[in-house]
Amino acid sequence: MAKTFVEKILSRERSVSAGEILEIKPDFAMSHDNTAAIAKTFRQIGIKKIDKPDRHIVILDHCVPAANEKFAQNHKEIREFIKEQKIDHFYDIDRGICHQVICEEGFALPGKIIVGSDSHTTTYGAFGAFATGIGRSEMAAIFATGKIWFRVPETIKITIKGKIPAAISAKDIILKIIGDLKADGALYKSVWFAGPVVEEMSIAGRMVLTNMAVEMGAKNGHIEPDAKTAAYLKNRARVHYKPQYSDPDARIEENYEFEISDLEPQIACPHTVDNVKPASRVKGTKIDQIFFGSCTNARLEDFKIVADVLRNKKIHNHLRMVVIPASNQIYLQALQAGYIKDLIEAGAVLVNPGCGPCMGNHQGVLAPGEVTLSTSNRNFKGRFGCKESEIFLSSPLTAAVSALTGQIEDCRDFIKSSGGKHV
Amino acid sequence: MSEITGRIWKYGDNINTDVIFPGKYTYTVTDPGEMAKLALEDLDPEFSTLVQNGDIVLGGKNFGCGSSREQAAFCLKYAGVGAVIAKSFSRLYYRNCINAGLPALVLPQLYDQLNKGERIEIRLDRGIVVHKGVEYHFPPLPEEIIDIFNHGGLIPHIRKILKTDSMQRKE
Ligand code: SF4
Repeated sequence: MAKTFVEKILSRERSVSAGEILEIKPDFAMSHDNTAAIAKTFRQIGIKKIDKPDRHIVILDHCVPAANEKFAQNHKEIREFIKEQKIDHFYDIDRGICHQVICEEGFALPGKIIVGSDSHTTTYGAFGAFATGIGRSEMAAIFATGKIWFRVPETIKITIKGKIPAAISAKDIILKIIGDLKADGALYKSVWFAGPVVEEMSIAGRMVLTNMAVEMGAKNGHIEPDAKTAAYLKNRARVHYKPQYSDPDARIEENYEFEISDLEPQIACPHTVDNVKPASRVKGTKIDQIFFGSCTNARLEDFKIVADVLRNKKIHNHLRMVVIPASNQIYLQALQAGYIKDLIEAGAVLVNPGCGPCMGNHQGVLAPGEVTLSTSNRNFKGRFGCKESEIFLSSPLTAAVSALTGQIEDCRDFIKSSGGKHV
Repeated sequence: MSEITGRIWKYGDNINTDVIFPGKYTYTVTDPGEMAKLALEDLDPEFSTLVQNGDIVLGGKNFGCGSSREQAAFCLKYAGVGAVIAKSFSRLYYRNCINAGLPALVLPQLYDQLNKGERIEIRLDRGIVVHKGVEYHFPPLPEEIIDIFNHGGLIPHIRKILKTDSMQRKE
């Protein structure tokens, strides 16, 4: 019987189709600052040693370095657990955001099953992995038994066509898709991103799509690996891998097509990610802070875009701009390329790699009444630590252009005025 | 466990995990009593002081969307909530409810019938909700996960499977 990507990948032990429930052993399992809580739950199970420490990857990123004693205690407990359980794949506070690190370190591989106790684990689907978020108790159960149950999801295929306009990036495209399909548009589904635009996209752009697939409720996002994937994984892949592809006649529950040749820059407005409007309609909204960071949009190509806009210019004097590279590797590359210098000279504040204010913990949380424009993936009430603040989401280009004027801009105006050379 | 009676706390569509249990507490608050006090803090500040044992949280579409944080399920359980009913659930939230042993029922047809403060009765074993004498049926949980549920959540379930539940619980 013809099978979708996700049916194939979950058919390791017995043949399964959409709707069936099965138990499976993931290839890799990621947890971050929540590992101390998971360890606590694991201990309640009553066994001493975790099943296959080699399967587990632990990355500290959500509040690094620790913002106060409680976070410090949390990190300390994690380090003790890592030692006790002999988990080799441990990345301390110096490495970066978990999802970026998993990809850079070659764990996100075609054909693999990867779970993470974080909803944006869907990111690794950019490499053709089946990757999804799970809860802390479920991770504790995997520590104990190596196993987890899944219901095999149905598949939605999103084909993206057209010529990518100058000011548009993967972020605008995924915001448009989420705005149309809504926050529950892909609930429980496996979302397959395909079409010429996806093929043309860089690896970083593809990661933006799969990262945000969860914002429309998807169980996982998936892109078929190709030569670009193989090139990225060369000298990086941890283990041997075998890509899986959907059979041509497999059952796709829903087909959507997006033609993006005329797409305008998109903004997700407070307080839901699916409250998406063209930038031209929210243009002029005053902002207090720009956050250029997160696992969605703080990779090297994003730094190039932002630095190209801000080079030899100053950000607006009523504005703060917090910049956080997604990983220390990106930080170094951006330094070498001169981007960091451009940003600092323009007036931005550089913060060490990690999640920063994205979860409301530290490094740029907001005060009541403040408005932020962010390159991250979530704008829920209180997300940046204060429920009386507002968060708008955009592409790095829109954020950079808006930094110059202190209000949300339609970045196409800027490109026109600079002769199009900034994209 | 199989019979739950309580009052309705009604909310809208897309209630996300950040308003059910704010992200800023996820690494610093672990005590069940403390977690209960923070439940729905950014959505309904009255909730945690007025909620009573057995009360039922009613949501619209996509309840619990957003983060994987299971405190968003546990904090309701610790606050005494007997069940969550919604038009639909986010996938992670639904899993987290099962793992927490908190009944999560998909009943889209019930949403418009219920008002805040009304009492309903849930009979889990029969798959029905009774409101003003009318019975509403909800899809039974898949057999494979009923066990998890019956054992009171994932961790007690694993303890049963691994037969560690009879051992002394370590502090
Ligand atoms: S950057 Fe934000 S969305 Fe990404 S993992 Fe960190 S907290 Fe989550």
